[in-house]
Amino acid sequence: MNNTDLDCLGLLCPLPVIKLAKLLPTIDIGDTITVLADDPAAATDIPAWCRLRSQELVTADAPRFVVRRLS
Amino acid sequence: MSERAYLDAASAEPLHPAAREMLLSAVDSGWADPVRLHHEGRTARLLLDNARAVLADAVGVRPDELYLTTSGTTAIHAGLTALTAARKRIGTTIVHGAVEHSAVLHTAAEAGVEVGVDTLGRVDLDAFTAAVQKPGVAVAALQSANHEVGTRQPIEAAAEACGDVPLFVDAAASIGHDAVPAGWSALAASAHKWGGPAGVGVLAVRKGTRIAPAWPMDEREDGLSPGFPDVPNILAAAAALQARQSEADELNRQHRVWIDELRHRVAADIPDVEVVGDPDDRLPHILTFSCLYVDGEALVTALDAEGFSVSSGSACTSSTLRPSHVLAAMGVLTHGNVRVSLGRTTTYDDIDRFAAVLPGIVQRIRAEVGL
Repeated sequence: MNNTDLDCLGLLCPLPVIKLAKLLPTIDIGDTITVLADDPAAATDIPAWCRLRSQELVTADAPRFVVRRLS
Repeated sequence: MSERAYLDAASAEPLHPAAREMLLSAVDSGWADPVRLHHEGRTARLLLDNARAVLADAVGVRPDELYLTTSGTTAIHAGLTALTAARKRIGTTIVHGAVEHSAVLHTAAEAGVEVGVDTLGRVDLDAFTAAVQKPGVAVAALQSANHEVGTRQPIEAAAEACGDVPLFVDAAASIGHDAVPAGWSALAASAHKWGGPAGVGVLAVRKGTRIAPAWPMDEREDGLSPGFPDVPNILAAAAALQARQSEADELNRQHRVWIDELRHRVAADIPDVEVVGDPDDRLPHILTFSCLYVDGEALVTALDAEGFSVSSGSACTSSTLRPSHVLAAMGVLTHGNVRVSLGRTTTYDDIDRFAAVLPGIVQRIRAEVGL
């Protein structure tokens, strides 16, 4: 399984979520993306995006969020 | 250019015509100091007493249980600190829901024990019960309904769980719009939320509830609201609430139907939208939703340009650049957030045009970021 890093430090929401949404289809199902996002809104919005898009939030430890592609 | 549709009544409503009429006459008759014994003072006192009686009746307390403050926020500050100070021998903890108004959070500060909410914004009653039954709790604070997402809180059950601990209810979002359940020891509300003027808050404290004002006291309002009272605006606030309550059945039924329709259309016509708050057990006039991948500020600005005034809990629309603590506590999407709230002059046409225009605006903003 592979991981891709996504550096969103300094970016304000919704940009981190937009970047995550665009990157997701480029990785294989089962692989992960590690997002670095320090906007306070990301702590709510990245987990909420995973729930809405039915993707797995592996860990959420701001500013580091690990998301696994499930579909 | 079409007419503007003001859909932010939960922030402020234009003065109710009954309040405006009352205010214009009261500035000429109620200007004197109501604690003085002369003719002019007695006139002001009579007017103040009348306003207090009307407000007390509307809130469901006796006139001597109702204090007038200079805003809803000062009513919360005064009420919570006075209840806490009166129970200092028992403890100093203020148990409160995570989605309370910022005035409650600011008052509780370090003394606060926060109780979480579910994704609808409703407080976890088991956790609330456990928290209030611990030793050292001075007071518990729970709003009647949430001001951002409309979800009602379980006031009666919370009051039962509180036992001897006084329950403070911030009813600012509900008074004039929705019934407030019984069981509370103290209640705060704000006149500008029901079509009254800004600068008038009410604090109701039921007899038997001990209070100890926690700042320099004077002879006004039993020390709960120091300073010369604004009798004309207090009268206008009472006139507004009386008028609003006589319209309440019709208006609130209408608002509930329109919000139901809007909720349905937003969810059906816009992809990737999260409509938040309880769909049924809620205030009649508020709808909140978040649009994925949309910048909240861009959305509010684009809607304003099209003639629609709404508010947003997104971080980019706040001065602190932090998202709404309500949305964050619920764990729902905070960006692309819009709150629509209906007032007494809102028409079906406003709602209908809003629902028709919104999908195109959302699509346009998403297209700008390549989605």
